[in-house]
Amino acid sequence: MNDVILSVRDLKVHFSTEDGVVKAVDGLSYDLTKGRTLGIVGESGSGKSVSNLAILGLHNPEKTAVSGEITFEGKQLVGARESELQRLRGNQISMIFQDPLTSLSPYYTVGEQIAETYRRHTGAGKSQARKRAIEMLTKVGIPQPDRRVDDYPHQFSGGMRQRAMIAIALCCDPALLIADEPTTALDVTVQAQILDLLRDLQSEFNTAIILITHDMGVVAQMADDVLVMYAGRCVERGTVRDVLKAPEHPYSWGLLSSIPSLSGDVEVPLVPVRGTPPSLIDPPSGCPFHPRCDFRSRVPGDLCVTKRPDLEPARGHGSACHLSTSDKRLIFTEEIQQRLG
Amino acid sequence: MTETLLEARGLKMHFPVRGGSIIKRKVGVVQAVDGVDLDLREGESFGLVGESGCGKSTTGRLIARLLEPTEGTITYAGRDITHASRKQLAPIRPEIQMIFQDPYSSLNPRHTVGGIIAGPMEVNNINPPGGRHKKVQELLETVGLNPEHYNRYPHEFSGGQRQRIGVARALALEPKLIVADEPVSALDVSIQAQVVNLLQRLQRDMGIAFVFIAHDLAVVRHFSQRIAVMYLGKIVEIADRADLYNNPHHPYTHALLSSVPEADPDSEKHRERIRLTGDVPSPINPPSGCRFRTRCWKAQDICATEEPPLVQLESTTTGHLAACHFPESRQVIPDAEALAD
Repeated sequence: MNDVILSVRDLKVHFSTEDGVVKAVDGLSYDLTKGRTLGIVGESGSGKSVSNLAILGLHNPEKTAVSGEITFEGKQLVGARESELQRLRGNQISMIFQDPLTSLSPYYTVGEQIAETYRRHTGAGKSQARKRAIEMLTKVGIPQPDRRVDDYPHQFSGGMRQRAMIAIALCCDPALLIADEPTTALDVTVQAQILDLLRDLQSEFNTAIILITHDMGVVAQMADDVLVMYAGRCVERGTVRDVLKAPEHPYSWGLLSSIPSLSGDVEVPLVPVRGTPPSLIDPPSGCPFHPRCDFRSRVPGDLCVTKRPDLEPARGHGSACHLSTSDKRLIFTEEIQQRLG
Repeated sequence: MTETLLEARGLKMHFPVRGGSIIKRKVGVVQAVDGVDLDLREGESFGLVGESGCGKSTTGRLIARLLEPTEGTITYAGRDITHASRKQLAPIRPEIQMIFQDPYSSLNPRHTVGGIIAGPMEVNNINPPGGRHKKVQELLETVGLNPEHYNRYPHEFSGGQRQRIGVARALALEPKLIVADEPVSALDVSIQAQVVNLLQRLQRDMGIAFVFIAHDLAVVRHFSQRIAVMYLGKIVEIADRADLYNNPHHPYTHALLSSVPEADPDSEKHRERIRLTGDVPSPINPPSGCRFRTRCWKAQDICATEEPPLVQLESTTTGHLAACHFPESRQVIPDAEALAD
């Protein structure tokens, strides 16, 4: 496993606000291998977007404290100089956002926006960059690319705008693509097209992808590995099969039994996670999930309240929970599996 | 057989599009809803699905008579309310309530929760036995909120709790029909399941008829007994839950069901992949004949000239209607047995 291109160690992102310090990300570690897709799932406020903005150094340095290590192809990104980050952004690391309308500039044509990125990083001339823009639009499946290259974003539909965003993101052949809820704003049939496109382009360019989403279905389709985040920490990590077919953490169980399925028995009730997500200013002591957890009584003593569980084992399929490994397996097969329909 | 509560025939809603610089002339119409027939039975839970812009929300608003249809008739409990005036509608209003998508913009931030929920009773001058205050507290308890939160303001609640307040408000007048327009799509998955369970409990226990509008096919399947699929202002297929999901006949339904990602890596492999090209055409100038033909892989000459009627098919059970010249039974979602192999 020498192909690790991104390695995050004990990443912390804290925001200072009037009400106190928001610990949006609080000790996150993972590795990403070349050509693979890592799905990061979690609910709003779990820190999934914040941790990825930190990779690109996009937080306001005056109000944000970022600590830990982010190593990208051997370079340390935490505390790196702005000029260095600028050379990486859009070149080796690209990002696509949820809302394609607000992330494209309305004043420039789609072609100009692709060309700008390309020229800046490669020093190519105007006509060469335009050629590249048309080539990229063809790749992302925009019809009549030589004509549409001169269109403004408002002339594109939602799905086409997201394709244009992907074209901008991939025009410099990045080694890492961060896709932050890339299909949340799109309809299902268009979402399916965009996910297919991302997969095709990934196999062509061998790009590593970090896919941030709240949709377990999108993760099942796209990801090789999955990271489940809760309250700024990773609570479970593993391959997509590990996490979706044999999850170990009570929060993952809760997420999976909250979503209805397209097949299976409709009479099987949904089992939601009770309560609401915790405040990140003053997170619960010990395991941050303990106030909402139904399985606390299976852990001896008050370990859940006093000690923060580590993600164990350190490699492969791991979960941050005080339940014993045999209990996790037993509870899942005996109690949780039947809820999944 | 239960009684028909609401009947819609040939419902059309056309919104004028105005253009020009100073004198706003009518330059076209958006055919948001264009000929919808619906029957709602008492106590039934009816689902309306489709992509954005298909007219599902407009249909919901027409049913609640928040909009006056351009054409067609709406009959509620035997009375024609199509063009009923404000005054004529007054006695019916309490019986039809709405729940909205966004729990942030649908509650007045300057009113207390108690005021918001008592609002409908004040407007309709209803004094329940024991007083409004007591009724509100009962309602708060019904939807799973603390009755002591009577004097709090909406901003003190989380998204899921706010949606519960919206539900309590809709229940205040003991309605017979609730139109729920994307009631859970703004919520996180774990919270979504809490609200779905709440609505389901209310629907079953209180016998309220629901029109459940959503774009999430899995949630609709979980909640609704009968479901209509809409495309560009028309119903393309309508059937009982089991028939629609296991035996869909319209190509658009096939494509929709095939596009929904499922949180199971195995079902993804077994599922048929049907991908639509392009986006939904503009409702200002919809395609002639069958509106789906521009994205349909089965389209032939007849589809461009003749609009397919929504009819009972020979090969389906009673009440399963589809609007297609070339309907075909196709199992898109594998059943549980196929997955077990």
